[in-house]
Amino acid sequence: MNTPIDLSRQNLPVTPQTVAAHGLTPEEYEMIRRILGREPNITELGIFSVMWSEHCSYKNTRPELKKFPTNGPAVLVKAGEENAGVIDIGDGWAVAFKIESHNHPSAIEPFQGAATGVGGILRDIFTMGARPLFLLNSLRFGPITGDNIDTARLVRNRALLRGVVAGISHYGNCIGVPTIGGEIAFDDSYEGNPLVNVMCLGLLRHDQIARGTAAGLGNPVFYVGAETGRDGLAGAAFASRDLTEESKKDRPAVQVGDPFREKLLLEACLELLATDTVAGIQDMGAAGLTCSTCETASRGGSGIEIDLEKVPKREPGMTPYEIMLSESQERMLIIAKKGREEEVLRIFEKWDLPCALIGFVTDDGIMRVRCGSVVVSEIPARALADDAPVYYREAAAIVTPPALDIGSVPFLDPCLALPELLAQPTIASKRWVWEQYDYMVGTGTVVPPGSDAAVFRAKEANKILAATTDCNALFCRLDPREGARHAVAEACRNLSCSGAEPLGLTDNLNFGNPYRPENFRDLREAVVGIAEACREFNIPVTGGNVSLYNQNPAGAIDSTPTVCVVGLIERNQDITTQFFKIPGDVIFLLGPNSAEQSSLDASHYLLTLHGRKEGLVPRLNLQLEVHLQTALRNLIRAGLIASAHDISEGGIAVALAECCLGPGSGLGAEIALDTHDRRTDEILFNEAPSRVILSTPRGSAQAVENLLTWRGLPVRRIGRVLPSREGLMIRVGTKSQIIFPIDALRDAYEAAIPSVMKSCRD
Amino acid sequence: MIRCAVVQFPGSNCDRDCVAALESFDGVAARLVWHKETSLSGYDVIVLPGGFSYGDYLRCGAIARFSPVMHAVRQAAHNGRPVLGICNGFQILCEAGLLPGALVRNRSLNFICRHIHLRVETSASLFTHGISRGAVLQIPIAHGEGCYFADADTLARLNENQQILFRYCDSSGAVTPDSNPNGSLESVAGICNEKRNVLGMMPHPERVCDPLLGGTDGRRIFDSVFASLASGADPSATAL
Repeated sequence: MNTPIDLSRQNLPVTPQTVAAHGLTPEEYEMIRRILGREPNITELGIFSVMWSEHCSYKNTRPELKKFPTNGPAVLVKAGEENAGVIDIGDGWAVAFKIESHNHPSAIEPFQGAATGVGGILRDIFTMGARPLFLLNSLRFGPITGDNIDTARLVRNRALLRGVVAGISHYGNCIGVPTIGGEIAFDDSYEGNPLVNVMCLGLLRHDQIARGTAAGLGNPVFYVGAETGRDGLAGAAFASRDLTEESKKDRPAVQVGDPFREKLLLEACLELLATDTVAGIQDMGAAGLTCSTCETASRGGSGIEIDLEKVPKREPGMTPYEIMLSESQERMLIIAKKGREEEVLRIFEKWDLPCALIGFVTDDGIMRVRCGSVVVSEIPARALADDAPVYYREAAAIVTPPALDIGSVPFLDPCLALPELLAQPTIASKRWVWEQYDYMVGTGTVVPPGSDAAVFRAKEANKILAATTDCNALFCRLDPREGARHAVAEACRNLSCSGAEPLGLTDNLNFGNPYRPENFRDLREAVVGIAEACREFNIPVTGGNVSLYNQNPAGAIDSTPTVCVVGLIERNQDITTQFFKIPGDVIFLLGPNSAEQSSLDASHYLLTLHGRKEGLVPRLNLQLEVHLQTALRNLIRAGLIASAHDISEGGIAVALAECCLGPGSGLGAEIALDTHDRRTDEILFNEAPSRVILSTPRGSAQAVENLLTWRGLPVRRIGRVLPSREGLMIRVGTKSQIIFPIDALRDAYEAAIPSVMKSCRD
Repeated sequence: MIRCAVVQFPGSNCDRDCVAALESFDGVAARLVWHKETSLSGYDVIVLPGGFSYGDYLRCGAIARFSPVMHAVRQAAHNGRPVLGICNGFQILCEAGLLPGALVRNRSLNFICRHIHLRVETSASLFTHGISRGAVLQIPIAHGEGCYFADADTLARLNENQQILFRYCDSSGAVTPDSNPNGSLESVAGICNEKRNVLGMMPHPERVCDPLLGGTDGRRIFDSVFASLASGADPSATAL
């Protein structure tokens, strides 16, 4: 499998060994021979191997992804049509957004892996003609704290966290696109295989949508941006294998990012796209020049011919194989309109970027690659881009985990358990991370990281956008379908709590090796779960990314179908945060609240304080969820709500603490909860879904209660907001009140991550 | 009408934010001026915005000082026109020798984006004359290399001439080690030249010009500049 291939040899023979080394099966090789009607040469073999890798072709997942709802009245560009989906936001404006992973590169080179992940998703967005407005991310690492964990492991995981955050910060800050939100979780299953999913959203006018199409016989094809080097060779193929102990040797498959070049490319491309000289544009991401040429030709129903001698190169002596498979960053392919060549050259000269005329559009359907007068590759573009083999993988039978026996869970004193939960890195404040991101550049960030959803005002369009990323991987590990439904519901709930109406969703499916039936089952189930929830919320999936082969020697990661939902807030005054606002405000618990719901199954209390990944994932009632969120948004629009916060990891106790830990010295609260004849830890830390903590001015409380009751929604007055010095006081049933000083909660919440990240530098 | 030039280096990224903030003032027009331009005539105020002028892989601002436009910036500074360098703009002004000292890596070695407090050290400048000495402003920072450094003689001279306009402080105005986010010597956040018409500051006033974005303290600095221009006062006459 790992036979070293000397890629600098131009006329390397194609043998069963070279075929296998390219990750192609003998059957796939036969398909290639049939398509070409002859044996491929080594360059063509390389081209097929990257285009038919999972990363580019989705050969193992395409039939599953078809289950997503992708239509909707607001959809302007559908999932899969172009580099990113585009959604109408009204008044002639639209947003393009997408999430993408860079897991494998980040595992072996965290800084560059994460940095180029940011670069790649930015290009996907500005290729659409949109100016990137903001970034979000969803990150997963192995544990960075824990008394029973080997120090060397902790140090390694912290180094990965430090490197990934620094990489995102380096790239995003330099290019000047703010990172305004996201999520981070830590778990054993990500040891050695961190997840780095980055989402970008851009703004454009409807008539500015650019297409990745090579149309118009004779139209000139330009290569613009950074020179091609040997970095990132066959990265797409690398990302389509398991990570192993050997993977470090693949470090040359990781690209090196140059955010300054990307900034120039971004500005130059947007300036060019405003001129009507462009027939088509496509970024060179995975599989670089190969993918951009054959995909644009396939979409245009045309052919394309390029000359590699004209491609700007970073180093001499590169073979056609290397040039075609390089994944050097910050490059674009532009198909200009014939006769407008001068304008293209002028704009790229202004921005001091290489720009070379490398070919033209043909009408024979062939992607023809020449090296001067020698043709080095001739492949039907459509066969390459769209006719990759499709596999229906075997899925293992669905297993429902047994319910938790609460008798086996030792009771922990909530006085200690709550601060301890708040200090779990997955729950704790991520300030150490997001303060390294320039979350304010662009002067649009209205709600910065740290609340339920990030809120951003797009000045140009006078629109207020909200976005969030979510995935409770513990739920997804135990029950991928139910877990995925929860992910969508929670993301939408976060938006609704912020006052936003969900518009569309982009997903990043992070799973293990699909050849293992249990992994494939989990993926299939998660897709069904996302699809079901999206239908219920009536939002389209606008695109996304699949990352498979997320394994370490101990096995696959916990299934992590991360979703990112984007929403719209109508008016400034509807923007709502999770923090309590004024002492005296009344606090409500909106949502179901009963004995059956109050179990510790699949909770973070059970996971982090008892070390158990167990139990039945709480059932989600999607109709109730949608109904409840609609009612919540109506209350916000009616001006009745001071704060709204969704209850998730850590249960109601953690959520209440988060409501108290607002800006400045925060606020306290006095809370009374029913026991439902359950243990106190069950009441405080269960993670039943569809629940929101609301606070309202005293004068609005009765109206809120009436409106919700009238709509048949469960709601209960549970307390009131107090000054910070009173602390968070919680009484469960008739038991004595537990008092948590706000400063102590804040210390636990804020210090958890910085304390370990500082110590590992020494 | 007061005309502002916001110099656009290829890697500037607060350029459009600055234009938007400046144009939110009555009677103010702002335009981007490409760094390859060689003239700034016709502009009353010159702003060097934040960003990463040339990627800043070498030293922040080290390449930008050679940009064609910098000759015109020098001339404007020499002629007493207000020149305001924000963040990367401050770094460029130091590299160009228009302001003394240098900005080096933050003490933590991390990039820091955060709302911080600034104490106004003197009203005697056209950037602060509308703000009383000792006033505390809340303005965010966002930089990886904002730790101000200068040799002892330079610092003594800056103090003597009251060229230090802003120091990092806590919410009560106390300058303490904890309130210094990046390790700057003497908590320096912003300084002016001897003629008092060139200001460099690491915090971003353009980010707090709109209540929706969490504050309006940035407006007080711009208000000072525009008020002194409107009054027709010679900027260098605001000397001590």
